[in-house]
Amino acid sequence: MAISYDDVVAKYDPVLGLEVHVELNTESKMFCSCSTVFGGEPNTQTCPVCLALPGALPVVNARAIESTIKIGLALNCQIAPYSRFARKNYFYPDMPKNFQISQYDEPICFDGYVDVEIDTDEGLKEFRIEVERVHMEEDTGKSLHVGGATGRIHGADYSLLDYNRAGIPLVEIVTKIVPGTGKYAPEVARAYVAELRDILRGLGVSDVKMEQGSLRCDANVSLKPMGSDLLGTRSETKNVNSLRSVERAIRGEMIRHAELLDAGAKVKQETRHFQEDTGLTRSGRSKEQAEDYRYFPEPDLVPVAPDAAWIEELRKALPERPSLRRKRLKQEWNVPDKEMAAMVNADVLDIVEATVLLGADPTKARSWWLGEISRIANDKEVSVAELAITPADVAEIVALVNKGELTDKLARQVVEGVVAGEGTPAEIVAKRGIKVVNDDGALMAAIEKVCSEQPETAQKVRDGHIPAAGALIGAVMKETKGQADAARVRELLLGHLGQTN
Amino acid sequence: MINQTAAAMSEALVKGEVTSTQLTQAHLDRISDVDTSVKAFLHVDEEGALEQAARIDADRSSGKKLHPLAGIPLALKDVLTQDGIPTTAGSKILQGWKPQYDSTVVAKIKEAGVVILGKTNMDEFAMGSSTENSAYGPTFNPWDLSRTPGGSSGGSAAAVSSFEAPLAIGSDTGGSIRQPAALTGIVGVRPTYGAVSRYGLIAYSSSLDQAGPFGRTVLDTALLHDVIAGYDPKDATSINGTFPNVIAAAGKGDIKGIKIGVIKQLQGEGYQKGVQARFDESLEVLASLGAKIIEVDCPSFEYALAAYYLIAPSECSSNLARFDAMRYGLRVGDSDGASAESVMNATRNAGFGREVKRRIILGTYALSSGYYDAYYGSAQKIRTLIIQDYARAFTQADVLVSPTAPTTAFKIGEKSNDPIAMYLGDVATIPVNLAGICGMSLPAGLADEDGLPVGFQIMAPAMCDDRLYNVGGALEGALASKWGGHLISKAPALGGSK
Repeated sequence: MAISYDDVVAKYDPVLGLEVHVELNTESKMFCSCSTVFGGEPNTQTCPVCLALPGALPVVNARAIESTIKIGLALNCQIAPYSRFARKNYFYPDMPKNFQISQYDEPICFDGYVDVEIDTDEGLKEFRIEVERVHMEEDTGKSLHVGGATGRIHGADYSLLDYNRAGIPLVEIVTKIVPGTGKYAPEVARAYVAELRDILRGLGVSDVKMEQGSLRCDANVSLKPMGSDLLGTRSETKNVNSLRSVERAIRGEMIRHAELLDAGAKVKQETRHFQEDTGLTRSGRSKEQAEDYRYFPEPDLVPVAPDAAWIEELRKALPERPSLRRKRLKQEWNVPDKEMAAMVNADVLDIVEATVLLGADPTKARSWWLGEISRIANDKEVSVAELAITPADVAEIVALVNKGELTDKLARQVVEGVVAGEGTPAEIVAKRGIKVVNDDGALMAAIEKVCSEQPETAQKVRDGHIPAAGALIGAVMKETKGQADAARVRELLLGHLGQTN
Repeated sequence: MINQTAAAMSEALVKGEVTSTQLTQAHLDRISDVDTSVKAFLHVDEEGALEQAARIDADRSSGKKLHPLAGIPLALKDVLTQDGIPTTAGSKILQGWKPQYDSTVVAKIKEAGVVILGKTNMDEFAMGSSTENSAYGPTFNPWDLSRTPGGSSGGSAAAVSSFEAPLAIGSDTGGSIRQPAALTGIVGVRPTYGAVSRYGLIAYSSSLDQAGPFGRTVLDTALLHDVIAGYDPKDATSINGTFPNVIAAAGKGDIKGIKIGVIKQLQGEGYQKGVQARFDESLEVLASLGAKIIEVDCPSFEYALAAYYLIAPSECSSNLARFDAMRYGLRVGDSDGASAESVMNATRNAGFGREVKRRIILGTYALSSGYYDAYYGSAQKIRTLIIQDYARAFTQADVLVSPTAPTTAFKIGEKSNDPIAMYLGDVATIPVNLAGICGMSLPAGLADEDGLPVGFQIMAPAMCDDRLYNVGGALEGALASKWGGHLISKAPALGGSK
């Protein structure tokens, strides 16, 4: 029964659809002035409006509109000169009004696209993801179902409600169907979400933390037999909370659909929940009977009619598009594709650029952040950005190495010191007494000592076998506790053994 | 003192002839005398009222500059939130709920130093035209206790006409201020939509709801109107503009050359004989004051009632969804093992009355996928046509007029089993709400056949509320000279000490 991914993509053509919800980082909620800070005590960030007390009315957060228009512009969308909010009616305990204020048939932004690049068998290939709409809505509260086996509402002993999240501004970005990705569907989806995340971060409109839920992806997948024009039945996978999960969830759903279709069964149109531990999805509520949300224009709000001149101002102030920026940096820094990809994956592009802007050589800056510092971050299980070391520190270290005041090896000690919070690189050099031995007399003494300890190796070098010098240089470095400049040691050693070239 | 106008009470307070505490106590006494038979109030806040009165008296004696209505008592429709005071909207589902915040209308009233006596009875969630739909029992018309005071603001209107309060606040979604004002012989105004903040007004139909003032005279009503109108950033539909001076308009008197349009569709057949007679008589009075009377045609008004009974229920089906027992109000069926859904169901089933359920079901149906265009969509188109009818009519006339209601006050129970007959009573008031304009009802006299008050309705374009007061003030003055006093002076004494 088990079918391999290769078999799936040989027989079937996947069609994707992605819905991304983004929590905006406005200070106050979408329709009231309550704080949006994450992690407050339950129900401390509420008021008559977001608790839906009788008589309370919503007022739109102008900042949220601005952020949404910026997003639309960054995604190459049209901005509607006139759009309205609508009420989406359904009962659920964590939704105070029992309707969600959203946008329905009149989204504020529509018809955009995002291009992503994928490393394919034929080299880098660009895929265009068309964006159908970008619209605003409000988040719901959170339910915590206590007791019962599943942590779900059914079977729970009781439920707790926290309305702090109720009314947080959300932007929903919906793609058109994405055909033609073939076997790269999972990677295209991942690249799209990653690109969105980078665009949103660049705009400064959201924290885009998938693990905290400030960026959430729902992935729609369907399969159609190769060559068919008819779309298959789709499933919608929710709770996909990391880039890796986006890829896994789509791959898993493609295999699950293929198994059903191969067995002559039907794919059910339903919501499914992604499970991080297994990488599989489980069935949520069935969507066979479409829910009737009884949408109608929100009568408590006036239409959104942004001034055209203001939109142009926002357009002009947009930051550089991440994909263009990557191309530019790749060229400026002369980085190979693989390394560029490594920096993007390790999420160090911003920090490397900041280091370069402070005067560091791009190759050196990249190798510090991607190498030693990433290793420390991995050991500590944090991101490099969370470490105590800054681009300024790294730029300073690179400069010290360039001036010959530190060797690479000594510089690693300084990095450790900065991460440990001992101070700036200069302070650590001073405190720890780290110093390059550049006194030729002391170096010569060490060279003579090593040569007398390893006479056979020294003879080989005298006889013209230069590679043998490596062992002696290493021993000298050890003798000087790594504080010597290896190049100078090599120069003096070769001279000492009659091999000046 | 209690049978005076608010303006006269204000003068007496300023001259020091009476204190606010005395005035407030006199009204509290009147309430305990007559409200057992009128049942205008759901909650009387004796302590709060006397505290506010004492504060105003202290401010006055310390020479502080006060608002003309400072120290004057007022009755508040139970549809507006008042911090810490029980607010039910006439529904069982909100029994025991005390709001944590003041509605903007209440905040403005308090700031002006007006004394809030208590909360008045109403049709549940303002759905009704007789106050019989209150979960707490009906209010009785002070002119004839076997009749309704109209509704939904029947409690507020009855409080003013029974001398329990000189002023009151109501809300008007389809005529809920103007119709009870007509049926109880007082003045009531529905201001322009967006002129009075809806923040804290428990929503029935958001695009139609508007709070407004009741008074015994046009001037009293203008004084209160002036207090509650104004831009409010907490209401997105609030108008941020220059508001007309209604107080000056109420005192102007001169209406020479003003063009008054009689709406062809809102008279004649279906209107009680005595209602039509008083209306025609008022037109003659207006003509005698120099106004030019013309007839205007508003053909789409024929569909106004149908459009209203789709739009208002649609909005209410969504507005009332929040009453789910999760956060406040009634909770029914919360036993061990009960699901949230079953508690919501049981609570809504027990907490809402028949008329509210009827409208929620109507609205839910009208918004359903597949029916939306035929019902809600068509109703919105009619709304546009009505707006166009008004726009055309207002190019011909400065104000438009009609009888406020087709009949005088009807008997308790007379229409309660015939919703269509009840709905028909709002035929003349509903177009104003659909168009978002303003309207006033003022007394036109008593119908010959039953001796009950008849209301005369004046309508003006949005943000031209001053025209209502100008024409209303002039008509009121001329009628008062004819009758030898305001109509309210003919209201029954109700056995209490008037």
